[in-house]
Amino acid sequence: MSSGSYYVPETSRWPILGSLALGVMMVGTGIKLVYDTGTPLMLVGVVGIVLVMGLWFRDVIHESMGGLYDAQMDRSFRWGMGWFIFSEVMFFAAFFGALFYVRTFAIPWLGGEGAKGVSALLWPEFIAQWPLFNPPDSAVTGPEQMFSPWQLPLVNTLILVTSSITLTVAHEAFKLGERVTCRNWLAGTVLLGCCFIVIQGVEYYEAYNHYGITLEAGIFGATFFILTGFHGVHVIIGTLILACILVRVWKGHFDNEHHFGFEASCWYWHFVDVVWIGLFIFVYVL
Amino acid sequence: MAPKLPPQHSLQQSSTAVAGGQSHHEHHAQPKGIMRWLLTTNHKEIGSLYLIFSLVMFFIGGIFALVVRAELFQPGLQLVEPEFFNQMTTMHGLIMVFAAVMPAFTGLANWMIPLQIGAPDMALPRLNNFSFWLLPVAFILLLSTLLMPGGGPNFGWTFYAPLSTTYAPPSTTFFILALHIAGISSILGAINIIATILNMRAPGMRMMDMPLFVWTWLITAFLLIAVMPVLAGVITMMLMDINFGTSFFDAAGGGDPVLFQHLFWFFGHPEVYIMILPAFGIVSAIIPTFARKRLFGYASMVYATAAIALLSFLVWAHHMFVVGLPLTAELFFMYSTMLIAVPTGVKVFNWVTTLFRGSISFEPPMLFALAFVVLFTIGGFSGLMLAIAPADFQYHDTYFVVAHFHYVLVPGAIFAIMAGVYYWLPKWTGHYPHERLAQCHFWCSVVGVNLTFFPMHFAGLAGMPRRIPDYALQFADFNMLSSIGAFFFGVSQLIFVLVVVLCVKGGKKAPAKAWEGAEDLEWSVPSPAPLHTFETPPVFHRTHPSE
Ligand code: HEM
Ligand SMILES: [Cu+2]
Repeated sequence: MSSGSYYVPETSRWPILGSLALGVMMVGTGIKLVYDTGTPLMLVGVVGIVLVMGLWFRDVIHESMGGLYDAQMDRSFRWGMGWFIFSEVMFFAAFFGALFYVRTFAIPWLGGEGAKGVSALLWPEFIAQWPLFNPPDSAVTGPEQMFSPWQLPLVNTLILVTSSITLTVAHEAFKLGERVTCRNWLAGTVLLGCCFIVIQGVEYYEAYNHYGITLEAGIFGATFFILTGFHGVHVIIGTLILACILVRVWKGHFDNEHHFGFEASCWYWHFVDVVWIGLFIFVYVL
Repeated sequence: MAPKLPPQHSLQQSSTAVAGGQSHHEHHAQPKGIMRWLLTTNHKEIGSLYLIFSLVMFFIGGIFALVVRAELFQPGLQLVEPEFFNQMTTMHGLIMVFAAVMPAFTGLANWMIPLQIGAPDMALPRLNNFSFWLLPVAFILLLSTLLMPGGGPNFGWTFYAPLSTTYAPPSTTFFILALHIAGISSILGAINIIATILNMRAPGMRMMDMPLFVWTWLITAFLLIAVMPVLAGVITMMLMDINFGTSFFDAAGGGDPVLFQHLFWFFGHPEVYIMILPAFGIVSAIIPTFARKRLFGYASMVYATAAIALLSFLVWAHHMFVVGLPLTAELFFMYSTMLIAVPTGVKVFNWVTTLFRGSISFEPPMLFALAFVVLFTIGGFSGLMLAIAPADFQYHDTYFVVAHFHYVLVPGAIFAIMAGVYYWLPKWTGHYPHERLAQCHFWCSVVGVNLTFFPMHFAGLAGMPRRIPDYALQFADFNMLSSIGAFFFGVSQLIFVLVVVLCVKGGKKAPAKAWEGAEDLEWSVPSPAPLHTFETPPVFHRTHPSE
């Protein structure tokens, strides 16, 4: 189990500063949302969080490169990252669950199926369908049309799947000691991540301007944006992480034994990729 | 036949390891005073912070409850506006669940898990500090909503949409953000605990050698990581419905308020087990110690805990029997809920069997643990009554439900926490808690709890609805009793504070093995436990082969 030299860090000021920064950001966000002011406070919080994360990771990198971490420490990081990704899986599961529930139960029931019969009283005209172009109440305007999955979404799927492959190639190259090859494939992965984000941006633009898919467009818009939106945020974060890893590979931070930072970001990226495949199937195709 | 005293787990380690002060702990000057607490990475100090935080919140949440009970002392509206009454019931629930019970268990985990598995600290000590300091931030923000225009959350701790979206006060956005911070804290804390248990055990300690408190926390941490993100998801949807015009929980746009309840209870039911599994672990440590017998059925305890945790994902809709579920769903959730009583019964059976023919002594931790077994079981039985879907049509949203969950949470979770505190105080402070005062605290608490919550069963069965500031005259006697009991219980908790403070200050000196029958690893380090323990990993020797 233990090699007898588990590194217990000194006191550190990053955790408490991090929680304060998070608090400031949340208060700022709240004021922004409720009273339509408070953006500066929110930004102070965001900058604080970014700074703290940077400094905290800097400490970790120094300790790691100073040889303070043993194999047991490495396992702690692995368990930590693994369970963190599991928590992310459950976060997305909530949104997928909402989508399934709405499609298989709520909307058919609104359409009069089963023993519910509420809609027959409230909205007798309502016809169950998906995508929901006709929300039950006329106060809510539904989307006009849905994207074809075989255009931009398919391109994005190919991009993300390719990026998972290029990342694996980069990692394999790293393990073989081919630093230059690793760098190139890693750079390619980051580039693919950026392409995905741009295309997703284009799609959102289209959604709002030509398709009538908006946050306000009933349950379809809501589930569409919450799923693709949180996924998009994860791609942005993942791309940033991979960019940092690229820099660190460049600087020679990792060696064959010690590169869990690299591996962890690979795990994260593959996870983001798998979520997209779920999205592609359940949001776009079916 | 006198039961044989179990031999103690033995340890080999160099003497310097226990005494602390390895070289790498000295090369920076340790910050002094308040900074030491703000910046600490030590599991014992962070554990103490959690416990102190939880105690403070326990009293704040308690005051809210007393406002509720004061208003309900008599029928009619006397003391507070109905709007404020609603804020009090809501805040009481939120604070007790998220700021009192959960942090108390995390504090105990921080203190005891490394000691019980022979680890130098938690696996990720800085993250540990972060998890703690998120809590004050979250709950100062949450409490501040009470002062905001329109008042604080007033929709109950279950915050059902659309009461918490369309019809909610403006402060709801802040409530959501505060809950997000608390959720991050729980998830990170749980990740840390899992990593510690899986990776930091002393060489030679297998999973099936771990004390049950460690096992139950391992499973609790799994539950936390599985369901806190779902809570984060559902409150995010609320945030969107409130601020960005989505219609997740609004049928007008094709959404469904019932969707909210499904998501909430998918989190909420495992959450109640999050609040009870560590309690099972504490009781499973205390009963063998004071019965001077080994725990009966160790392995079955582990499997029962795991079974409870897994089943807890399949029963959530027993909170929703009256929302209009399809018949098949009513049946499924009714039977699956009853199924949970089986592993729970295994546990109660094992505790009782451990007591059977033990040589029992009644120190304060044992008093609380025994009360736990009896009173928790009462809560389990009323749970079974509620699990019968057709009966629940009658009981739902009455005081019967309030009686049920207070029996499992107050003499359940809270008594177990107090039992644990009395049990481990000698290890923390080096002194025994004052015996007479602790007994006084115990008896006052038992009387107070039952006086408060037992009449609620009758009021509920007679039809008194929950969360309403006024009630029909026929419920007056029950409510008066409950209110008297509540104030009595609340005041007697001051004795607890007194005992803890006295114990920190002084008292009868405790040896390393503070209780005669105690056998887990924590009793092998000195009392009080030095700041750093097990810096060189101890070698664990199994004294009960092949459990
Ligand atoms: C044998 C075990 C149990 C069974 C069969 C059971 C069953 C139930 C049922 C059916 C309800 C819903 C009642 C209603 O709203 O109409 C309920 C509510 C509740 N139970 Fe249990 N329960 C059990 C154990 C527990 C435990 C161990 C805890 C916590 C430690 C707990 C905490 C709660 C809470 C907090 C509520 C009420 C939530 C609310 O509406 O505010 N229960 N229980
Ligand atoms: Cu439940």
